[in-house]
Amino acid sequence: MAHAAHHAEAARRKDIRNRWMLASPALVIIFLAAVGPLFVMLVYSFLAKGDFGNVKWEFSTQGWFNVVFYRDIFDDTLGFADANMTIFWRSVRLALITTGLTLVFGFPTAYFIATRQPNKRDMWLFLITIPFWTNILIRTFAMQEIVRNEGIINSALIWMGLIDSPIQIMFTEWAVLFGMTYVYLPLMVLPLYASMEKIDFRLVEAGYDLYATRLQVLRRVIIPLVKPGMIAGSILVFIPSLGAYVTPSVLGGGKNMMLGNLIALQFGAGRDWPLGAALSITLMVIVTAALLIYVRNAAKSGGGAHG
Amino acid sequence: MSDAKTAENPSKSANSRKIAVDVQGASKIFGTGADRVAALDNVSVTIAENEFFTLLGPSGCGKTTLLRLIAGFEQPTAGQILLEGQDISSLPPYARPVNTVFQNYALFPHMTVAGNIAFGLEMLGKPKAEIKQTVAAMLKLVRMEDLANRKTSQISGGQQQRVALARALAPRPKVLLLDEPLSALDLKLRKEMQIELKRLQHETGITFIFVTHDQEEALTMSDRIAVMSKGKILQVGSPREIYDHPAERFVANFIGETNFLEGERTKKGVKLANGVELAVSLPEGLAGKSQVTIVIRPEHARLTARAKTGLPGILRHVVFFGTDTHYHVDLDACGEFIVREQNNRGAAPAFKAGDKVSIAIGENAAQMLRD
Repeated sequence: MAHAAHHAEAARRKDIRNRWMLASPALVIIFLAAVGPLFVMLVYSFLAKGDFGNVKWEFSTQGWFNVVFYRDIFDDTLGFADANMTIFWRSVRLALITTGLTLVFGFPTAYFIATRQPNKRDMWLFLITIPFWTNILIRTFAMQEIVRNEGIINSALIWMGLIDSPIQIMFTEWAVLFGMTYVYLPLMVLPLYASMEKIDFRLVEAGYDLYATRLQVLRRVIIPLVKPGMIAGSILVFIPSLGAYVTPSVLGGGKNMMLGNLIALQFGAGRDWPLGAALSITLMVIVTAALLIYVRNAAKSGGGAHG
Repeated sequence: MSDAKTAENPSKSANSRKIAVDVQGASKIFGTGADRVAALDNVSVTIAENEFFTLLGPSGCGKTTLLRLIAGFEQPTAGQILLEGQDISSLPPYARPVNTVFQNYALFPHMTVAGNIAFGLEMLGKPKAEIKQTVAAMLKLVRMEDLANRKTSQISGGQQQRVALARALAPRPKVLLLDEPLSALDLKLRKEMQIELKRLQHETGITFIFVTHDQEEALTMSDRIAVMSKGKILQVGSPREIYDHPAERFVANFIGETNFLEGERTKKGVKLANGVELAVSLPEGLAGKSQVTIVIRPEHARLTARAKTGLPGILRHVVFFGTDTHYHVDLDACGEFIVREQNNRGAAPAFKAGDKVSIAIGENAAQMLRD
């Protein structure tokens, strides 16, 4: 009996060893790609800033201090870093509105594709992905052509006689919203489509059969069923919009800075790496908190139980 | 032609009652050009109030299309559909007092059993107290009280079937449409649900229009059956009329087992190739042709030792089926004929393969076809 137990123990150990061996490629990638950089960021946020960028290897909380507070360079008084707060708030606000807009435009688009004949759906999905072929920077500059004062929108409005002088869209939050909605729309459409494609459209017929009008079928049958897709799409859009860099910098200009631009500034012209690292971690915390709240609420209201 | 009688008028039983659904020359054409398919070809039928009416036919015969036209999921290409005398052809499904039990139930997966049943009532804007009361009554009717708060994915197929029924019955529709609702159930459950459906129809007094490809289901449950093929209704009648007096080859073939015999029309009935003359019932709408086909059900004939009367032949196979035995006989000059005889316990069959036998045809056993 003892012999058998010994063998079983040895086999169990070998089994565990094998599992770690098999998991090691994944673990290495996760460490190098995710945990490692985060750790570097965390460490840098607690170091002192170097004179010309970089960091000094001494412990300092100055970076974190500067996220929230601001010391006046002339009279040395301590103030609230309301510039940072404004940027935080603008980032969250614009990211939320972008998520809402992509949902509004993405929903009918995904519904349209999901209700096409199966052999034609691939073509429509293919068309949705075409913008990805071009670099986002190029696309954003191209968008300037649409929104600037002499651009397509203003020229068209003037030509139609609706306005006399161009409306300032470029370098406003409108331009940023317009750009981000355009850029992130596919990220909303694809998960929405994945959810809608799975819907049994006989459920829609059952809804009509049971006296539900089109709007009621949408609200009571379709939306609850595509909720997992709406959640996934919202997450996919909200996260990159919160940290967006290219769109606000090209279309928003200096006045409409978002978190991504603020962070980039610290590592570039600002030469304050600890502050940049601290801001980055703050961004991550906001995203994580937002996600937790969102997922929890979604789960409470019965979403995600589809299937 | 004194002893040849016409099949009973199939619409006789419907005449005395109010008409619930009146389909007038309905056609439905899908596609255009080369893809053009007439799923329904100029179909007219009246369905009486409180009737259990079955549309029976193989897949692709148009029975589901007809159901969907009545439900409003499809619009007829031509013709009209009247519900209690009112033309509903152009109304959307949500404006028709008609509910459907779908083939795969189509229960809302994001709602509970009770939520599914309440849905139609909520959409009709009924007061909360009334909805609660009706849902409770419906749960009781289909014996699902204990599972009211389960998700529909957590109950069995038979239970889902009951919920689908309760959901469709809850708004008290004028007509309940059932699209092959039993096809996904296993045999035992199917038998139970057949009885259950009859009970529900009896208790609610609602007109049921039932679509199936299963002839046994149609025979056991229906007040009247419409047999469909290739977008047309071939015959309408009570199960007994359809079984005993099939009007066309397709109907005779589709429902039950049948022997087909070819012959020539005579004054007394039909003269077969072997010279035997049989008295026959005539179908409706018979054209005046001389070469005709007659059908005889296997249980309406009897096997005897070779005799002067009856159809002579050689017994080829004896097949034991438990409740009955099938005798396959090669008739002289008339092809194969199957006789079915009820088994008695312990009694060995009186004939064996190779015997020279005769087949005695009962009176009123032969039915002439119109095609």
